[in-house]
Amino acid sequence: MTEELIIAGFGGQGVLSMGKILAYSGIMQNQEVSWMPSYGPEMRGGTANVTVIVSDERISSPILTIFDSAIILNQQSMDKFEAGVRPGGTLLYDPNGITRHPKRKDINIYQVEAARLASEMGNTKIFNMVVLGAYLKIKPVVKMENVILGLKKSLPERYHKLIPLNEDAINAGLKNVIAVQELH
Amino acid sequence: MADITLDQIIKPENLVYTKTKLMTDKVLSYCPGCGHGTAHRITMEVIEELGLEEQTIGIAPVGCSVLAYEFMNIDMQQAAHGRAPAVATGIKRVWPDKIVFSYQGDGDLAAIGTNETIHACNRGENIVIIFINNGIYGMTGGQMAPTTLIGMKSSTSPFGRDAQRMGNPLKITELVAQLPGTYFVTRQAVHTPANVRKTKRAIKKAFENQRDGKPGVSFVEIVSNCNSGWKMTPRDANTWMEENMFPFYPLGDIKVDGKLV
Amino acid sequence: MSELKLMKGNEALAEAAIRAGADAYFGYPITPQSEVIEYLMAEKPHERTGMVVLQAESEIAAINMVYGAAGAGKKVMTSSSSPGISLKQEGISYIAGAELPCLYANVVRGGPGLGTIQPSQADYFQSTKGGGHGDYRQIVLAPASVQEMADFVKDGFELAFKYRIPVLILSDGVIGQMMEKVELFDPIPRLTDAEINEKYPWATTGKKSGTERRIITSLDLDSHKMEEHNHKLQAKYKEITEKEVRYELIDCDDAEYVIVAYGSSARIAQKAVRLARAKGIKVGLFRLITLFPFPSVKMHEMCGKGIKGFLAVEMSSGQMVEDVRLAVNGCSKVAHFGRYGGIVHTPEEVLEALEQKIIGG
Ligand SMILES: Cc1ncc(C[n+]2csc(CCOP(=O)(O)OP(=O)(O)O)c2C)c(N)n1
Ligand code: SF4
Ligand SMILES: [Mg+2]
Repeated sequence: MTEELIIAGFGGQGVLSMGKILAYSGIMQNQEVSWMPSYGPEMRGGTANVTVIVSDERISSPILTIFDSAIILNQQSMDKFEAGVRPGGTLLYDPNGITRHPKRKDINIYQVEAARLASEMGNTKIFNMVVLGAYLKIKPVVKMENVILGLKKSLPERYHKLIPLNEDAINAGLKNVIAVQELH
Repeated sequence: MADITLDQIIKPENLVYTKTKLMTDKVLSYCPGCGHGTAHRITMEVIEELGLEEQTIGIAPVGCSVLAYEFMNIDMQQAAHGRAPAVATGIKRVWPDKIVFSYQGDGDLAAIGTNETIHACNRGENIVIIFINNGIYGMTGGQMAPTTLIGMKSSTSPFGRDAQRMGNPLKITELVAQLPGTYFVTRQAVHTPANVRKTKRAIKKAFENQRDGKPGVSFVEIVSNCNSGWKMTPRDANTWMEENMFPFYPLGDIKVDGKLV
Repeated sequence: MSELKLMKGNEALAEAAIRAGADAYFGYPITPQSEVIEYLMAEKPHERTGMVVLQAESEIAAINMVYGAAGAGKKVMTSSSSPGISLKQEGISYIAGAELPCLYANVVRGGPGLGTIQPSQADYFQSTKGGGHGDYRQIVLAPASVQEMADFVKDGFELAFKYRIPVLILSDGVIGQMMEKVELFDPIPRLTDAEINEKYPWATTGKKSGTERRIITSLDLDSHKMEEHNHKLQAKYKEITEKEVRYELIDCDDAEYVIVAYGSSARIAQKAVRLARAKGIKVGLFRLITLFPFPSVKMHEMCGKGIKGFLAVEMSSGQMVEDVRLAVNGCSKVAHFGRYGGIVHTPEEVLEALEQKIIGG
């Protein structure tokens, strides 16, 4: 199994940390992982993205132009990465703030209203965990128990009390993902 | 709403203020609330008001203001990190009739470029140095600068600056004021309209000194916020600056007409 | 097993420095390697091992701090990225001349000049042909993973002290910024002052009565003595060339074509090898680990065994390819492919270059 994923959105949406939690979860189940961020001044309030690879084999290139899956959280990223999804691959997005929805006919497309769900749960910071839950529903590349272990590993100790809240957010994502277009 | 055009809103008779033509139309790359933009603008206004734009050469540093040459609509050079006073020296020596200034951050001027700063000031180069002290390395993401206050947190002093391990904040402006080669040394700020006016007067004086051949460097420090690097809102950053930076870096003239105040 | 962690290459380098028993790190922030000093400051190594971490006022100052501490027998390092490494060259030349051990890392970004903060491999010439003045060499290790960013700190210090030579870890923005799983080696205790005095009879630690005083210098005004010193340096470089070559061959056993690459380019090339093999093209990867010494002997031997062409893949306009040409020495086709200025090539581009420049060309 190899999953090559890009997560892209605004700096501050928790894009990088979502990728990190996923990578840590992979380590927890003995897989090879890589996490390659975009870096530099463009991150200041601009776009941020990270390429995460989880695999049973040694990972060759950590940098990709074609992805098995794309998680897209703002319009710029939609414009930039929709075309990069492999035919038959998966695109997950939050429709909040999206003015031009994906048009591809040869990929699976899902939505999760993560921004709305997170604010309904009273904490916009768990937005990224809602997205992660939705993604794991579609692509169960790591087991839930390992995600919790991954969360513990990547959060500093002083935030461990927030793990149950993060779990709730993941579950909210799991339950609320909607298929827009599924290939058969 | 949709059918109102810009021309209908912006009518010549409604004009109350216009940007100096010595600033380009390029959108500033600075964070909202940062002092760099204001400092650029008043520097350019002074050059325009003194009619010096055709003979002025500016030097951009490495730091957030590395792109100053994109915004300042005059001849500019971009120097290696910290070397702007040396570059300025080179230009001024071969073109003594030109007006030369460097625009530098605190990391650039008071860490990597301390040598160049001290020696240009000590030689008494007839140049203007505009020094933006925000107590941090803004561009590289908020590391400790030589000017970072004791106890102040940065990404390389994550538990606060501790003098024993990391050294003391450097009052480079007081230091250069001691040198015989400085003619005018002042410390100002640009966070309120009153301060902006004062600072603009100081910058004007600095350029007049150079224009009139007054011997030595005119050195204008501007204590400014780096709200991004300090991890504060712009408003909180200004309050914090007044409460913490100004007591350590008091505003006012330090040396006027070659004499310590 | 030692600890498994998910870390950035820069963080792994910093953690490895503490674990390798380094006595000091002197640095100056620059993207994309500021995490090295940030990590060290956050880790409080002065509490963990007594290691000194100091943010210098410039790279020039930092490398000169390294010079002083290394001359006093301490295990010291610095790191930077391209523009800062250029500033260090004077100091590195002095360190090479004075035969001091030290480790430094370059997390390369695109140039020339202030360039870009994005990844590049354009500092190959500077690293392998002597970036500073004088006839000197340094050992250059090229990590291709976060794991190697950690491991090469330990190896690098060993080589530095074995040969009293500067050792460079030549990385780039990809390896510095990416996170991977890393197994950290067990900590090595720092040497005590007494051990330093005993092990390093050349180190300036204060003249003890009845002993010769020690001098760290690269100067000799007598040219005959200077030539002699140069002979000694060259003999050392020859020994290193014979003993310390490192590389990794991937899928080369039945290969007709070989891609030569190092660092992050080698990772991308490995993917290109997979894509090519899926199309039935017999291609392997020659991954350089030491750039100096360069594995010329092995490369030449391979071309004698029927490799039809070598494609040098690097994020530069063609620097390493010159060493490949010298090694192959005309006995097989050599071509270059690379993007540069901060652009990282894709596996697909590498495959296309292989097909056009080597197989088709
Ligand atoms: C030789 C060299 N070393 C390091 C850097 C990285 N660098 C870029 S800007 C900067 C600090 C700038 O801080 P400051 O001068 O205070 O300017 P600010 O961004 O705060 O306005 C550093 C260390 C560089 N570009 N060149
Ligand atoms: S990082 Fe700081 S100095 Fe740089 S533009 Fe933003 S507020 Fe200004
Ligand atoms: Mg600053």
